[in-house]
Amino acid sequence: MDVVSFNRLRWNCRRGLLENDLVLEKFLERHAESLDDVHLAALNTLLELDDNSLWSLLSGRTEYPEGSGAEIYEILALLRTC
Amino acid sequence: MANVGRNTPVRKFDAIVVGAGGAGLRAALQLSEAGVKCAVLSKVFPTRSHTVAAQGGVGASLGNMGEDNWNWHMYDTVKGSDWLGDQDAIEFMVRAAPEVVIELEHFGMPFDRNEDGTIYQRPFGGHSMNFGEKPVQRSCCAADRTGHAMLHALYQRNVRANTQFFVEWMALDLIRDPSGQVLGVTALEMETGEVMVFHARATLFATGGAGRIYSSTTNAFINTGDGLGMAARAGIPLEDMEFWQFHPTGVAGAGVLITEGVRGEGGYLLNKNGERFMERYAPNLKDLASRDVVSRAMATEIKEGRGAGKEGDCVLLKLDHLGAEVIDKRLPGIREIAKKFANVDPVKDPIPVVPTVHYQMGGIPTNYHGEVVVPKNGNANSVVPGFYAAGECGCASVHGANRLGTNSLTDLLVFGKASGNSIIRYLKENPGLKDLPKDAGDRSLSRLARLESQTNGESYAEVAKDMRRTMQKHCGVFRFPDTLADGVKKIREISDRVTRTEIKDKSKVFNTARIEALELDNLIEVARATMVSADARTESRGAHDRSDHHGRDDVNWLKHTLWYKEGDRLDYKPVNLKPLTAESIEPKVRTY
Ligand SMILES: Cc1cc2nc3c(=O)[nH]c(=O)nc-3n(C[C@H](O)[C@H](O)[C@H](O)COP(=O)(O)OP(=O)(O)OC[C@H]3O[C@@H](n4cnc5c(N)ncnc54)[C@H](O)[C@@H]3O)c2cc1C
Repeated sequence: MDVVSFNRLRWNCRRGLLENDLVLEKFLERHAESLDDVHLAALNTLLELDDNSLWSLLSGRTEYPEGSGAEIYEILALLRTC
Repeated sequence: MANVGRNTPVRKFDAIVVGAGGAGLRAALQLSEAGVKCAVLSKVFPTRSHTVAAQGGVGASLGNMGEDNWNWHMYDTVKGSDWLGDQDAIEFMVRAAPEVVIELEHFGMPFDRNEDGTIYQRPFGGHSMNFGEKPVQRSCCAADRTGHAMLHALYQRNVRANTQFFVEWMALDLIRDPSGQVLGVTALEMETGEVMVFHARATLFATGGAGRIYSSTTNAFINTGDGLGMAARAGIPLEDMEFWQFHPTGVAGAGVLITEGVRGEGGYLLNKNGERFMERYAPNLKDLASRDVVSRAMATEIKEGRGAGKEGDCVLLKLDHLGAEVIDKRLPGIREIAKKFANVDPVKDPIPVVPTVHYQMGGIPTNYHGEVVVPKNGNANSVVPGFYAAGECGCASVHGANRLGTNSLTDLLVFGKASGNSIIRYLKENPGLKDLPKDAGDRSLSRLARLESQTNGESYAEVAKDMRRTMQKHCGVFRFPDTLADGVKKIREISDRVTRTEIKDKSKVFNTARIEALELDNLIEVARATMVSADARTESRGAHDRSDHHGRDDVNWLKHTLWYKEGDRLDYKPVNLKPLTAESIEPKVRTY
């Protein structure tokens, strides 16, 4: 990923809930370098969610609706390990 | 490179609101609906502001669940503040509270409801009927998403009123002319890295709290106290910064809040020897003693070498004896939080916890109109023309030395609206836009130029980490004279280091390293104000708790602290014990 995309993503990971900040920070440390375009787009889709819905997903209390591309579920699975 | 040229572009507005959390949105709405040309700047999309984290609710004496009135709410707030709150501002807030909550309902806020259709109200610690007699249900909420629902309702309403948003713009510095009048701000557009001057007749700060000065905080990463830093650099004092509310159980190392409900359900705290130490500090209530008592006991255990964990810097919250079923059913979400942030499953192992910074009572000094006030020519509360503050960054002061739960959402609605009204009045009375001073953008441009050209400097992230550790260790929930004095020395040294931070990435677009280095400029002012003010206040009052001075000292310390950046010096001003119409609530011992 180029510097601008990374920086943009990093700012997009600044959230209103500390829980989300912490998970996303760890995710960026571990996986940002190896993200391809498809997964970056999937991550950005998740980041469009409001903070409460995002945290529900990250903590495993809710599931992402079925019927989206595989990359969304792959990113979510990775996020849940962070 | 950022634009550090002479030709900084200028945009003109009637009013500028910096911050789009609850306070900023409420104020902007007041302005836009009155036809004021107003710009709202925010570092993040408005509904991602930290207000989204609020769950407990907003306090107002609607009396929907039984008898209640503003006099009782006022009494609770004054007592909660440990008599450091200004009683004129408190009366103003509690009287306006029902009205701003009902307004919010009309804006579409989905409050929980009673069967008769009125807003349902929950009980909350510290709120009582008949002047402390018994608990009252005063907190209005929207399930566990009160803050979220509030932001969404206010944002939608602002869109309808054509408020102009500048999202992902970071305000850098306040612009004042030689007379002290405020004429706007400089701001950085993250997308381009360009600096622009926002020239306006009125400027409101609603930038939220600065919990990130501590390493253990429940606050999100964006809470860097930018408004306080900007005000301090522009010569405005910061009020009562020694008062920070701690929550006893934040996950050690992460800060994420573990609700009080865990101890309510029978969880309890252990030190490294496995001792249930609360039995020694509060033989009757034990782990259910009030927040400050539990926090102080935890800090004492840690300070005296009985802390758990590798570094001996936390205690353990045990709840495995409750069993998986009770934990899952009665404490939803706790297992997920413990697993994710403490790496333990509380069904088997205890959760490492520490007293964690939660809320900043102090801030930019204002009166109850939201106008910023400073001492000048013998007047302790002289208005700074064109400058306003509301929400967690402001200090009216309604929370005094300790905030009551649910009162900060009340605060941001009431003073958001009041400051909007004050601005409308001011704009009518002061039609012309004064010229910008020649040096309007200089402070910001030289900060940016310094970062651009700094070599052999330290990483801003390292310096920030040292600042947080120092605050945590030297100015925590329970304060010791030796660690405070040492802390003042250390935080001054760190403050010097902040002037030599270096960023490796010098790109223009969305340079997050630059943004964080600029945020550190703000954090360090708040940290210094906190440490210096705390060291000087030789009493215990509300959230400021000293090992060498037990108890409140109304003879010497019934006064507000004012910290000035210039000279790193302190001044004081009297507390206003005179309400607007009610009778004064005289100081007495605070027991619950
Ligand atoms: C976990 C948690 C739970 C809470 N629960 C409750 C509760 O139940 N009831 C209650 O009354 N209180 C509660 N509080 C406290 C309350 O949520 C906050 O005090 C309040 O939301 C602060 O609102 P605000 O509008 O002042 O600031 P914020 O909501 O923090 O908004 C600040 C705004 O300023 C912007 N900003 C900051 N710096 C800049 C800059 N330099 N340039 C441009 N924009 C900037 C940000 O982008 C943001 O839009 C809770 C706090 C926490 C941490």
